[in-house]
Amino acid sequence: MTNRAAAALTVPIEADRAVIIVKNAVKTYGQGDIEVHALRGVSLVIERGDFVAIMGASGSGKSTLMNILGCLDMPTSGRYLLDGVDVSQLDDYDLATIRNHKIGFIFQSFNLVPRTSATSNVELPMVYANVPKVQRRARAAAALAAVGLSDRGHHLPSELSGGQQQRVAIARAIATNPAMILADEPTGALDSQSTEEVLGIFTRLNRAGRTIVVITHESEVAAYAKRVIRLRDGSIISDERNAPVDAERTYLPSVVS
Amino acid sequence: MNFESIRIALQGIIANRLRSALTMLGILIGVASVIVLVAVGSGSAAASRKRLEGLGSNTLTVSTGGGGNRGQTQTRRVTIDDNDVKALRDPSQAADLSAVVPLVNAQNVIASLNGANATPATFYGTSVDFSSVRNYPVSSGSFFSQDDEINASKVAVVGATFAKNLLGEGVDTATLVDQQVKFANGVFTVIGIFKPKGSNGAQDQDDIVVAPISTVRKLLAGSSNRVDQLVVQAASRSVTDAAQAEVTAVLMSRHTGSTTSSFRVLNQASLLQTQDANNKTFTVLLGAVAAISLLVGGIGVMNIMLVTVTERTREIGIRKAIGARKSHILTQFLVEAVLLSVLGGLLGVGVGLFGSRFTIVGVKPVVETYSIVLAFGVAVVVGLFFGIYPANRAASLKPIDALRYE
Repeated sequence: MTNRAAAALTVPIEADRAVIIVKNAVKTYGQGDIEVHALRGVSLVIERGDFVAIMGASGSGKSTLMNILGCLDMPTSGRYLLDGVDVSQLDDYDLATIRNHKIGFIFQSFNLVPRTSATSNVELPMVYANVPKVQRRARAAAALAAVGLSDRGHHLPSELSGGQQQRVAIARAIATNPAMILADEPTGALDSQSTEEVLGIFTRLNRAGRTIVVITHESEVAAYAKRVIRLRDGSIISDERNAPVDAERTYLPSVVS
Repeated sequence: MNFESIRIALQGIIANRLRSALTMLGILIGVASVIVLVAVGSGSAAASRKRLEGLGSNTLTVSTGGGGNRGQTQTRRVTIDDNDVKALRDPSQAADLSAVVPLVNAQNVIASLNGANATPATFYGTSVDFSSVRNYPVSSGSFFSQDDEINASKVAVVGATFAKNLLGEGVDTATLVDQQVKFANGVFTVIGIFKPKGSNGAQDQDDIVVAPISTVRKLLAGSSNRVDQLVVQAASRSVTDAAQAEVTAVLMSRHTGSTTSSFRVLNQASLLQTQDANNKTFTVLLGAVAAISLLVGGIGVMNIMLVTVTERTREIGIRKAIGARKSHILTQFLVEAVLLSVLGGLLGVGVGLFGSRFTIVGVKPVVETYSIVLAFGVAVVVGLFFGIYPANRAASLKPIDALRYE
């Protein structure tokens, strides 16, 4: 790994501060007879440097939770503090800034901007953050190097394999140096080899101090996490810690059956 | 960020080349047709103005009982003669006239020179101020003099077309000066050639022969003192209406039993005004038709932008998820719409200028700067106006909904 790549992986760690504090979050869709309770009062604290898997079957409320954690949606009631900021009080403008500065998104379907080179895709969040061009280029190159795609910068998403696209998406997520990486079924569309690669990158990033939250229904993916939270019918039914937050070795597949 | 928006918008345009080109075509046709049609309008205005000014400035043409009066038996036919000319030349009777030129027509005069024949379309016997009043300057040789008129000298001044017809193609018309040409019964010396004036739209103004009125009466038109037509010049453009009134008054007082319809007085200035007004209407009409096509082009931009927004809903979702603000998305799509219309507008200006170089339905277009500025400006405004709605729709999408869009 180059020095540049190593620099991109380093995150300033502020001890004793939780990245995520969710207090009694409730999310209700619809009204009256057609009221659906997606979340029925979820409380959650995630510490800096943790690697958390949120598991659950479809309809368990994990997507709703992911949207709230990602500041894409608001809880009907309850509070959500992201990196010390009470997100539930913010308007659209500030939410966009929060998403830009504090969250690195990784989606199941990669969600790269089509017809736009890998480098430009990685640069995009920094464009919206008004990072100067030279600095943007350097950080995008470093982020691409960190996911092992230095030589693919000029390729379009359509010219890359699924695994490579997801690695570009990871590079995009880490380029802004966010407080948390939020991955929604990141391996759902990948073959087993690409899955291992992506999870390997997550492990390395976490070891370098990044907070990672993965939403998944696959136990193989959850096996990489230090902490596994299970949801059912909009409530947390279990919260297991497989390794301490500051653990060096995070891969403990034997713990999760 | 502005530069980034333009770059992103350009990418969007390039990504859909055919669609972008067709959208631009709408704007292009609109802008080009505004420029060309306004140019045709002002070209035909310029042509008709030139035609009228070719008749001489500030002039009135007087003839007896014209067109519409012929069938009316109660209108007594009158003839104008030399005494009328004398009366009109008297400043105490008509103060606002600076010249009165009598014209006598000689019909079907066959001219021959060295065995070649030609018949001029017009053969006038007239006075010495014909050249200046009717705006017929001489290019080689000279016009006839007051003495020629008094002495009934057998001299003639001819137009370029007539000279060409008589000499044959390829011979310098100036060589006709000082030659003896037989006109019907008399042999005339050609003393000058008129500077070519071109067509007035109805007829070739250069197919003409002019000789002193006294000579024409003696040899060709009969020796009465009858005058077929008068060309009267007003002292200035502002007094042409007063001059017209004076001419009518003098002629009516001299011819008992005549009415206002006994004389036909054509006022060049009022003709010019009418023509100008007609041309203005014509130009506005053409411009309006073209403006409608520009509007249709704008609707095309809006249509395509709406399609683009729908098609790129997911992309908008991605951009919003990673931190694009409403203003970022708004700018991106607005810039794309404006770029489409600006590029289309620029191409339209090019096509319009190119198209205006050709003669269109007999009119040489005259490109007006204002039409370029107006058409291009309207194209940009149209892009902006019709881009706002789709751009705003894109910017208002919720990221969570946009991301879910398939």
